[in-house]
Amino acid sequence: MSRIPKEYIINRLITLVLTILIAATLIWIIPRLSPVDPAEIALGRMAAGAGTVENADEILATLRAQMGIDQPMIVQYIKYIKGVLLLDFGLSTAAFPTPVSALIANALPWTLGLMLISLIITFIVGNLLGALMVWEKTPRLWKVAIPAAMVFTSIPPILSGLLLMWIFAAKLQWFPLTGAYGLTVEPGWTWTFASSVLQHGFLPALSIVVVTFGFWALGMRGLMITVQGEDHTTLAKAKGLKPRYILYKYMIRNAILPQITAFALKIGLLIAGQVLVERIFAYNGMGKLLYDAILDQDFPVIQGVSYVIILLTALSVFIVDLIYPFIDPRVRHEVA
Amino acid sequence: MTEATNTPLTRAEKRQARRIRRFDNPWRNPKLIWGIGLLLGIILLGIIGRILWNLDLVFTGSATLKLPPVGFENLRRQEGVWDYPLGTDGSGRDILALIIIGAPNSLFVGLLASLIGMSTGIFLGFTAGFVGGRVDDVIRVISDVMITIPPLLILVVFQSSFGDVSLTLMALLIAGFVWQSPTRLIRAQVLSMKQSGYVQMARLSGASTGHIMFREMMPNLVPYLFGSFIANVTTSIVTAVGLEVLGLGPQRIPTLGRTIYEAINAGALIQNLWWWWGIPTLLLAVMFIGLLLINLGLDEVSNPRLRKLS
Repeated sequence: MSRIPKEYIINRLITLVLTILIAATLIWIIPRLSPVDPAEIALGRMAAGAGTVENADEILATLRAQMGIDQPMIVQYIKYIKGVLLLDFGLSTAAFPTPVSALIANALPWTLGLMLISLIITFIVGNLLGALMVWEKTPRLWKVAIPAAMVFTSIPPILSGLLLMWIFAAKLQWFPLTGAYGLTVEPGWTWTFASSVLQHGFLPALSIVVVTFGFWALGMRGLMITVQGEDHTTLAKAKGLKPRYILYKYMIRNAILPQITAFALKIGLLIAGQVLVERIFAYNGMGKLLYDAILDQDFPVIQGVSYVIILLTALSVFIVDLIYPFIDPRVRHEVA
Repeated sequence: MTEATNTPLTRAEKRQARRIRRFDNPWRNPKLIWGIGLLLGIILLGIIGRILWNLDLVFTGSATLKLPPVGFENLRRQEGVWDYPLGTDGSGRDILALIIIGAPNSLFVGLLASLIGMSTGIFLGFTAGFVGGRVDDVIRVISDVMITIPPLLILVVFQSSFGDVSLTLMALLIAGFVWQSPTRLIRAQVLSMKQSGYVQMARLSGASTGHIMFREMMPNLVPYLFGSFIANVTTSIVTAVGLEVLGLGPQRIPTLGRTIYEAINAGALIQNLWWWWGIPTLLLAVMFIGLLLINLGLDEVSNPRLRKLS
């Protein structure tokens, strides 16, 4: 850890802790400012199930005691923060009495898997295309096509998702329309399950890839222009190395590193965008969990999902910031 | 190009001449013009549509359900009619009326949220840069913290607990999440400009802080501010549409996002009702592409080095 000054780490840690605390507090305060009473929602659900409910007032009081909302605010808050730090968000009200953390634990692997795959593909495709935009030996057609494709970067993945879904799932029926795996497939470590997962994951991943690669490509383009003019590239050319070799070993290798910090800036928007993609594809991840919870007014789940996603974002930004000097030894953190 | 030559110019020379002329006025940037044109188109759609089209058609049941646009046929073999040129949705609302009301609304949310965020950012950025010390620390830490929190998720919590929100309230809420990047940007610029010769000069000649801020520094910040503003408009619209697609936006006025939400829920994709979700999607795409082009164009206007490359 000699490369990072201690002050910097402490600074970043404080920011991380504050981010988590502020997010948790916001998520806690907002529902309490609203006139909606969760106990009444629960009672309403009972009434809808049973037709009539007798001694409603007593039930309301019991429910309030169970949910802990009869206690003073400050006690509730301390309890909540303690729970949140241990990733305990209480019980889901719609799927009572499943703990929220269990629901999230089921959904999270799907979201992370989809995100990781689409991120890796975008990173490779985007950076390669960005590099090709600058390289002298790129075919003319590519030089025209890549900037044109850049237009898609501005579109949120939910719109590209709808379009791809319509073309490839509804019209051509090459891919399934919704879900993360087939209804008839038993989850397990089998080939049928794996292929079903891949088939279902293809369109959601693609819809993220087509709209995010341009972000990397544009960044790469700027970096490549700088690298192109540097002495080592000229020297490599003068030595008569193969152009392709120069591209990979001399230019891209040097240009790619700052792209990793760009990732840290973008990750929050990426995750939020993916949540929406999961919602339209009814993919079994956090997005679907969140959407279902919104429909059911299941506040513990809404809070839990929002909190976990913000936590993930903050953690990944923190980690990228910290490991960056190890990836790129040229960078040294300044003490602010 | 002062001497008049009779020899016809070669193609390359002509291109170069055209380029030089283009450099004369950087504002005549094709990307910028196209971008502004696309956005103006959407605004015009809202204005002219309101005059020429009967907006009562936006109410449920004002037409036959699921009619296709003119020239197409739906699964029930009904043909599109000129009364509802862009077709109707699953509850008989006219799509044209929907987009006439919905499209400018999305733009309005984006512009309002971004404008408020921008003003907050300018204020906080200047304060942090000028006052420094404890105030600077607080502003810097808060904006560092807030920049990692995705707005969508906090707003999901807000809107699901408060229920229906108005368009303006939604814009205000989004504005709470788009002030960080202008704040950071302006703070950094102000810190570096404070040391520069002309600001020192102004200070020595006794100019007031207000004068230094708005007369000396602000003009240099304009290109950054514009770029940041447009980027924030995009973020705001994306967030607003995201909320609407989750079913959380305003419930009583038609928005593009809500139309998409209803279309997905009604299974419009399987029923091949492409106009229902496709037309709002297309409009949103046009809006985002327009904003991107404006941003790219502004980049080129303010940074001549980029112009040479294209």
